[in-house]
Order: sequence, then structure tokens, then C-alpha cells
Amino acid sequence: MTDIRSLLDQRILIIDGAMGTMIQRHHLKEEDYRGERFRDWPSDLKGNNDLLCLTQPSIIGGIHREYLEAGADIIETNTFNSQQVSLADYNMQHLAYEINYEAALIAKKAADEFTKKTPEKPRFVAGAIGPLNKTLSLSPDVNNPGFRALSWDDAVAAYQEQVSGLVEGGVDLILVETIFDTLNAKAAIFAIKKFFEESGKKELPIMISGTITDASGRTLSGQTLEAFYISVMHARPLSVGLNCALGAADMRSHIEELSQIASCYTSAYPNAGLPNAMGEYDEQPEQTAHFLEDWAKEGFVNIVGGCCGTTPDHIRHIAEHVKQFQPRRLPVMEPISA
Amino acid sequence: MSTIRPYLRLSGLEPLIVRPETNFLNIGERTNVTGSKKFARLVKENKYEEALSVARQQVESGAQVIDVNMDDALLDGVQAMTTFLNLVQSEPDIARIPIMIDSSKFDIIVAGLKCVQGKCIVNSISMKEGEEKFKREANICKLFGAAVVVMAFDEKGQADTLQRRIDICTRAYEILTEEVGFDPQDIIFDPNIFAIATGLEEHNNYAVDFIEATRIIKSRMPLAKISGGVSNLSFSFRGNDHVREAMHSVFLYYAIKAGMDMGIVNAGQLVVYDEIEPELRKLCEDVILNRNNENNEATEKLIAFAETVKAKGKEIIKDESWRHEPVEARLTHSLINGITDHIDEDTEEARKKYPRPLDVIEGPLMDGMNVVGDLFGAGKMFLPQVVKSARVMKKSVAWLTPFIEEEKKNNPDAQQGSVSKVLLATVKGDVHDIGKNIVGVVLGCNGYEIIDLGVMVPADKILDVAQKENVDIVGLSGLITPSLDEMVHVAHEMKRRNMKQPLLIGGATTSRMHTAVKIAPQYDNGVVHVLDASRSVTVAGSLLGEQKSKFLGDTSTEYSKLRDDFNKKKTIKQYLSIQQARENRVQINWDNTVPAAPTFTGTRVFEKADLAAIAKYIDWGPFFIAWEMGGRFPQLLEDEVIGKEATKLYNDAKELLQQIIDEKWLEAQGVIGFWEANSNGADDLKVNTGSGDLRLSFLRQQIKKAPGQPNFSLADFVAPEATGKKDHIGAFSVTIKGIEPHIKRFEEKHDDYNKIMLQALADRLAEAFAEYLHEQVRKDYWGYAKDEVLSNEALIKEEYSGIRPAPGYPACPDHTEKYKLFNLLGGEETTGIHLTESLAMYPAASVCGWFFAHPQSQYFGVGKIKEDQVADYAVRKEMQEEEIARWLRPNIEES
Repeated sequence: MTDIRSLLDQRILIIDGAMGTMIQRHHLKEEDYRGERFRDWPSDLKGNNDLLCLTQPSIIGGIHREYLEAGADIIETNTFNSQQVSLADYNMQHLAYEINYEAALIAKKAADEFTKKTPEKPRFVAGAIGPLNKTLSLSPDVNNPGFRALSWDDAVAAYQEQVSGLVEGGVDLILVETIFDTLNAKAAIFAIKKFFEESGKKELPIMISGTITDASGRTLSGQTLEAFYISVMHARPLSVGLNCALGAADMRSHIEELSQIASCYTSAYPNAGLPNAMGEYDEQPEQTAHFLEDWAKEGFVNIVGGCCGTTPDHIRHIAEHVKQFQPRRLPVMEPISA
Repeated sequence: MSTIRPYLRLSGLEPLIVRPETNFLNIGERTNVTGSKKFARLVKENKYEEALSVARQQVESGAQVIDVNMDDALLDGVQAMTTFLNLVQSEPDIARIPIMIDSSKFDIIVAGLKCVQGKCIVNSISMKEGEEKFKREANICKLFGAAVVVMAFDEKGQADTLQRRIDICTRAYEILTEEVGFDPQDIIFDPNIFAIATGLEEHNNYAVDFIEATRIIKSRMPLAKISGGVSNLSFSFRGNDHVREAMHSVFLYYAIKAGMDMGIVNAGQLVVYDEIEPELRKLCEDVILNRNNENNEATEKLIAFAETVKAKGKEIIKDESWRHEPVEARLTHSLINGITDHIDEDTEEARKKYPRPLDVIEGPLMDGMNVVGDLFGAGKMFLPQVVKSARVMKKSVAWLTPFIEEEKKNNPDAQQGSVSKVLLATVKGDVHDIGKNIVGVVLGCNGYEIIDLGVMVPADKILDVAQKENVDIVGLSGLITPSLDEMVHVAHEMKRRNMKQPLLIGGATTSRMHTAVKIAPQYDNGVVHVLDASRSVTVAGSLLGEQKSKFLGDTSTEYSKLRDDFNKKKTIKQYLSIQQARENRVQINWDNTVPAAPTFTGTRVFEKADLAAIAKYIDWGPFFIAWEMGGRFPQLLEDEVIGKEATKLYNDAKELLQQIIDEKWLEAQGVIGFWEANSNGADDLKVNTGSGDLRLSFLRQQIKKAPGQPNFSLADFVAPEATGKKDHIGAFSVTIKGIEPHIKRFEEKHDDYNKIMLQALADRLAEAFAEYLHEQVRKDYWGYAKDEVLSNEALIKEEYSGIRPAPGYPACPDHTEKYKLFNLLGGEETTGIHLTESLAMYPAASVCGWFFAHPQSQYFGVGKIKEDQVADYAVRKEMQEEEIARWLRPNIEES
């Protein structure tokens, strides 16, 4: 398969848009989530989007194909919450490996169909690793700031199982995304490196994408953007970038800063603006595309796409608008004189 | 295309990039149980809160990284490291900087790495137990993304010669970069700093070897870094900090030149190389560079010198040698040390020496005050010392004033000095002025002429004087929230009058955000928020110098960004309607409750209450904050940086307090009262005053809370009428009267130090009186907690049952309810307190509040409220919506 690095030097690559927004459009009911297999599961399953990899694989495959059709070079597996820690919400810890494995298969099948059709535009599957629903450096109890709801070892174990499912299912890249607590991301990086070390498999490129939560310009766990970057540099990532929480308008200054300090490729996939009073995103595809076109023109980015609220239409417009521009060139590493 | 250089990059919440121009990185050493007895004791006693203050103090005194070490036989190191680092993560002012995780046990290091999101330094790994273990541990550090300190240590032992230091470091470097895959800039060598001047000749060259090893390692491996534990060097001079600090500075001077990048030091306790007395500096150089040291000669000399320093230490108090210096040096000495003993005679001598009396002020006095200003700016003097310096200055000026007047009379055309003028005032309706007085003193020390208009000054008067005197800067102060509006008004008026002077905003209730959002847009010629007195000097300097336009431009840019942030933030918060908020009130099961009844209803007055008894309830923490000495009391008395001065201040305060009590300077007057009351099930209380019903109205939190969290209102803590239970509410006011003649006396003596001290003590006494009465109420007058036994510390931490919130403060931010409170208590006559138009209490040392007894009652902040509640509240209070909105403005979320 083509090395993604050589493509990144040639053009800006497109990563897909929101999975959740697309699933919502199918108006699935409780019984759709359950399928045959989980018909008698004791708790509600509606909203467990990752489970659809097992119960509605054709819907998930269909969404992947819509994004590929729209021009995505990279699609993300539907596995944002698929590890033991988050799946415990549904008492489905034991399904973590299976969901990741199946999700990888579904995405890879779709990507391969498109690569076959247009070999000059190979498609990649990124195994999506979300942030967990518990944080390692913040206490959920304001009266007990030293308390942690999750231990580092449990986080690493959960991530490592997820990575094994994704890699054995055939993903091309690993994407640690929506990082709001850097310590969680460090546990994910630790787990990824440990998995490849222990399995003896060739290490896949790692993409890292953090989340700046508000106008303070910091992550939820309080780090500035540069402090965040320094804290995850040791992953030697293929790319580092930002996604979620902000729309493109508010993300611009941060992605500009990142493009200055990152020695690897940069990625950005913002939300479709900020949610309105109803919690819906209403930034139109051409609006999002105009913001991203500006970033491409300025040379801030190597990979762009969308997060919450974006659709295949957004991705199509983004791909169309950025293709005329050269990708960001990697900075030169200069030795210092003694 | 940008360029990225291979610097060592570390991070806490913020980045730390070690560039060549970084010069030297201070790594704080006090959070180390092996090096700091105090820290070890706190950790062993599980006093982690206080242990955190050790870390904070390191950061405040300039540590750029903190070293944390929990290696103690009596400690569970893994558990202690985990607990401490988890707590550090929740303190942004500490977590800001990177952590050096220090242990000789690798499992403790790993435990630490599991807690920290930033990029740490591991201290240390080595080849002591062979290459395999070294590689394994280095690899784990790499997986955590940490930089490592490598000790110059191998299977044969610790490197103690130059050659072994170089050989071991070279070997470790090759293994790390070629086999483990470490980035060279993430490798930090510690080539072992050992104790010198021990008397053993073989130790004499240790410092030289370290410095040489540093030079050679840096030339062969330029990206690697050099670090070391500096205190080891002077180990043989334990107990003699004066000599130790000098040795450290001299050593670092040479080691840094050779390429040392960082060191574990007691941040804040390093003397400047240039300031070491020449004799001691030379002796240190001989010992460190191993010069003139045949037969330990240099060592012997340094030891001999050290003995004299120790002996001298005891005599210093009697040292009057400065009296033999020229008069200018004597004046400077008196100013810096705050000595008034000789100021009149020295001033007189200077007056005779200089052609004109004004020359004494503009010459030696201003020179001396400039030294004071510089030392204060550099953090080498603290506020109480500066205020004492000002006292000396004022006394000296007072001596000269008649001569200056005389000269003016004889020669009216004589050129008078042109000094920049700063006008200061506490705005209309506000009576608080301690902070403003301190700003006046500090600016006065820095050569400004201060026009202080006092308290409760209307805008017109402030601006009339400002224009008439043609002042250079206008400064406004205020403590209570209605003062914020008054400041907006003053700014507005300045614009209307086409004034040009910049406007400074300060005081406890003010903020950068409020200034940016509300005040700055009113006036175009510069509005700057000043955080505390020590910043006032730099701000005033920037506003009067050449950089004025740049400074104002920068400030205006910063404020407009703050405004943008503020406007953006607003949309994010979610609010409930007042109706929904009420539905989510505090759930109290009244069915099983019999509310305690007080021993009387109506009021009881306490006249001339016993000040000595009240003084036992003083919370000293805020007293030190008033003097800009932050920290926890009493620990701050032992603080390494401010401890000495804080102790002096504390002793002076206690002395004055005793005098106040013995000589009955002040009078404490208090009133408490209880009345039958029930809530209406919503946010009002119906109070039976004995002669009819009175409605008290409270506000309710409206922000959307997490599930299970109620939207608080104080009304929730009183039984609703519908329960049929009889309940009560209480109220109190206390005041400390009689301060005015004493203030006047100190002013006449030009004694700002004691004036501010007296004001701060009166404030503390008022608070203590409130605390004292509240305890009596709980145990006796209301009597719902008869068995309560609490220490003063526990009282300060509010560990008791029931609360005493004050109108105008977060739980009930509406100041106008004070009218009802004071009417219930019997008005100005019984309380001794006058309410200003902004509802500040005069005397300023006064406290009032409601008493709530229910065990579930607690302090909270109402926070922002929406317009629907404002409208509803206006109806309940029978006030115009516009008027009540003006009072509540800081609490209203604009949509």
C-alpha cells in the first residue's frame, strides 16, 4: 500500500466527517440498536452507536461509503467509545475487542472498494480511539481533588485491548482523538507503543488530535496548546491536530499556532460551528469549507475534515475548496550549535 | 516554512523550553523529604494541604521546575508520590510548571509518571545495576515521554574522577541514543556534585572535576544537558547558611559558564555573585577552584571565616557602625531599615550641608527611596518594610517643611520641584480605604506626590480636584460591589469633561474583567486595572514614561480581547427559568425536623464588649493579605521568603493590639436578634417582628446545575409555612468604634505603618466579634449546638452548623436588604452603624448578617441570574425593576 507520508507531501488529505450526525439521520429505534443478538439485553442500548458495528453493520458501512464518495482519503472506524471503561455504561465490557475488530473490517472493506476503483487515490482507515468517559488527571469530586475515578493501569489495559482489535481488524492508522485530558492521551500512547512492542507487529502511524475546550485556549485539563503538544511529542506522531468543541471560526488561531510549533504533519477537523439553542449544528457546508480553504491557503494544515455536525456534503465542499492549495511543508529541524 | 530547533521541551500546564539563552534552570528542592525536614514532617503527618504550600512557595520564589522526592524509610513512597502529585495537578498555580520526579526507587518514579499529564524529568536512572536494567528503565521513561537525569554511576560505583565522569556519561549517551532511541536533548547528566572542604585532601578537587566534566561533556554531546544537586557541595558547612549560599553562588557562577544548564537549588535563597562580600567570595573561589589550597590552606581559611560569621550573627543588633558613615549613607540606611531614631538629627545635618532644603528631598532622600523601590520591585523587600521606610521619609520631610515654607516666603519665584501627581480616592458610598492607603504609601515611596481625597468621595469632587491640581493619574478604589457602578460613572464623567489623565482601578471587588468590559469602554484615554499595591508602581511608571502610548495600546488590546472572550463565554452557560430553579430548591425533610427555638425573640445589645475575649477569635490570615503577604497562617511566619518580615509584622500587630485593649482605644458594640419566621415555599421569608409581618426577599441560583445539585436560595433553609412548623431567623451587627482620633494621631506623626496597622486590626476585631457572637448564638442564645467544641482553626474553616451570610455577599448579593436587617436590629442608634447611599457600613470595621440554624444550611454564591428573576424580585420587593437591576447589576447575566 502507498505510504501515506508521500501523499501528505503532495496534497492536503481529507478526513471524514461526523459519524453520530449521520447515524441520527437513520432515526434508529431501541430495537434497531439491539438487533437479534441483544434483543434481551437488560439495559437500554439506544445511543450506543459503536454497537451498531455488530447489529447494523450495513448502516455503518453505508455511512463510510458516503464519506468516501464525498472525497475522504481517510475514514474513521466507528469505535469512539469502544473500550472497557466507556462500554461499562452498557455493561458491555466484554465486547470491546469484538466491536473494534468488526468496525475495522467494515471500514477497511469500504475503503478497499474505493481504492480499487481509483488506485491513484488510495483510501486509508484510521482506528478511532476516543478519550474515555473518565479522566486521569481530574477529580470528579470537588471536595477531594486528589481522588481519581480511574487508574492509569486500567486506562492502559482498556486502550491496549482496543488497539489490538483495531490493528488485527486491519486499520492503516491509529487516531487518538478528542483529547481533553492529556494524561488519558498519554495512557493511549503508552498502550499503543506497548501493543506493538509486545506483538512484534510493525508500528502503524499515529495521529493525535487534541481538543481546546473554550476561549481560554486550553484543554479541559488546563494545558496550553504548546504544553499539550510537548506532552504528546514522544508518540512521534504522523500528525498532530485539533478537533471538536470549537467551530472553525474559533479554532483558527490555535491551528495557526500549532502549524508553527509542530515538527510533524498537522490536522484539523472542527465542528460545524457552535451548536444552536436546540443543540443542533447549522453551519452550512460552504461556510465550513470557506474557513478551511483559508487555512489551506495560509499553509496551516496537511489533513482537514469535520467533527460534530458535519456531513458528507461538508466533506465534499471542503475537499473541493482545499484541493487547489499546496499542503503545509514540514518545518526544518535545525541543529543548535554548542 | 518554519524552523524547529532541538531544544529540551518540558511542560506542566504551560510549556518550558530550555533554550541556550535560558541560562540556568532553577529546580526547587524543598518538596523533597530527604532534604526538607518540614516537608517530610508534613507528608508523614498526612498534611498534604500544607505540603502543597511548600511547592507553591517554591514556584513563587522562582523555581521553574519542582523536584519531588518521597524516599523515606518510614513512608510508603508509591502512595505518597501518587497522593502528592495528584493534588498538585489540581493546583493550577503549581501544576503550571514541570515536575522532576525524584527517587532512587524506580517503582516510585513510575507511580509519579502515572499522575502527571505534562512532560516530566525523571531523576534519576543510571548503570549502577548494569546495562540491561538501565535500558529497560530508560525505555519506560521514553514511553511516558519523560526526559531523564542520568547519574554518573556504573557497575563499579559513582564517578569520582574527571575521567570516570566523562567515560560513564559518554557510554550512557551512546546506549540511550543508539539503542533505546532517546532524543539527545532529553538526556540530562548529573556528573555528581560532592561535598568539598571536608578536610580530606582527596575531596578538594571535586568541584573542579565537576566543572571540567561539564565543559567536556557539553563539547562532545552538545544537545545533552547538565544538572546537579547544588546543596551537596557545602555539606560540611551545615548550619551556616551565609557561607553555604555564598559557596553555591560562586560554584554556579563557574559551572554555568562551563555549560551547566540546571540545578536543584533552594529557589529564592541564592545570593547574587556580585553581592557576596569580597573576602568571602575570594575564600569560596579558592575552595571551589582548589586554589591556594596546599595542605587544606584555603579550606582552613574558609572554616575560620565561617566561625566569625557565626559569632557576628549575634552582635548584629548592636551594630551601630553605620552611624559613622556620611550623612547621605545614613539617610539611606535609615530608609531601607525603617529606623526613625536618628532621622531628625540626620535630616538637620543634611539640610545644613545642602544649599536648599528641597535639595535634601530631591537628593539623598529620593536616592534612598529609589533603592527601597528597586528592592521592593525585585521582591527583596516586603510591603510592611516599605511602609516603615515611608514613615522615615515622611518624618524627614516634615522636619524640612518649615524651612521650605520659609524659603518660599523669602523667594516666591524659587523653582519648586516638578513631581508627578497621583490622585487617589475611595468612591462615593464606599468607606474602605486600607488598600488605597497602601497604594498611596507605595507610590509615595517611589517619588510621586499623592493627593488622597479619602473615602466616600463623589465623582464631581474627584474630577474637580484632578483638574484643578492638574494631576497626572487618577486612581479609584472600592471594596463593595455598588462601587463598581460608581467607577463606571466616574469614567463616563471623565470622558464628558474631555479629561486626558489615565484612570487606575483597584480594590477587592474590582477585576481585570470588569474593568475591561464595563469601565474601559467609557473612557478613551486609558483605563487600567491594578491588581495590588506592588503593581501600582510599574503601572504608574509605564503611564508617565515614554512607553505610555505603547502601554495603553497593549492594555487596550488586552482588554478588547477580554471583552471578546467575555461575550463569547456568555452564550455557553445554560440557565433555568426562575420557576424551574425554584422547583429544584434544596430538599429538606421538614417532617422529621423540629426547628430549634431561640431563648428569646427580639433583640439584645452588647455594649463595650470585652475586646480581650474577642481578640482570641481573630483570623490572622486576612490581616497578612491586607499587607500583601499571602500564605497560610501561622505557617507563613516560618516561610523561607517572607517568614522573617511576617513575624516582625505579627509581633508589631500583637503589641499594638495589646495597647488597644489595655488602653481601651476602641469599643466593640454588637446587636443580635431572633424572630419567628417561615418561608413562603419560594424565595421569601415572612418574619414576625412582634409588631407585624416583614417580608425578606432572597435570590436563587439560576444556572443549570448538575443532576442532584439544587439551585440554592437562603429561603430554603427556613421551614415553609405549609409545613406548619414554627421556625426562626436571626440577625446581627457588630462594629468597632472610636478609631478616628487614633488615626488622626498617627497621621499627625506621619506614621502610615501604625495607621494601616490599626485599620487592619479594627477590621479583624469586627470579624472576630462576629465569630464570637455567632458561637454564643449557636451554643447559648439560639442554643441549637449546645455541645459544640471547636478550635479557633476549626471556626475559621467554618466547621460549625448554621451560617451567618451578609447582605451584599455571594449568598444574598442584594445590598438593599440591609435596610430591613438594620431596622430589625433597631437602627443606627442601637447598632452604632451608619449606612451610606451605597449601603456600605460606617465605621468601616463593621460586620452584619443573618443567622440560619438548619444543619443543612450552607454558604454558596447566587452567581448570575436572569432577567425573569430580576422582574420577579422587583415585584416581590415592590421596587422599580430598573432600580433593583442597578443594585444587582454584577449578578445579572445579560442576554
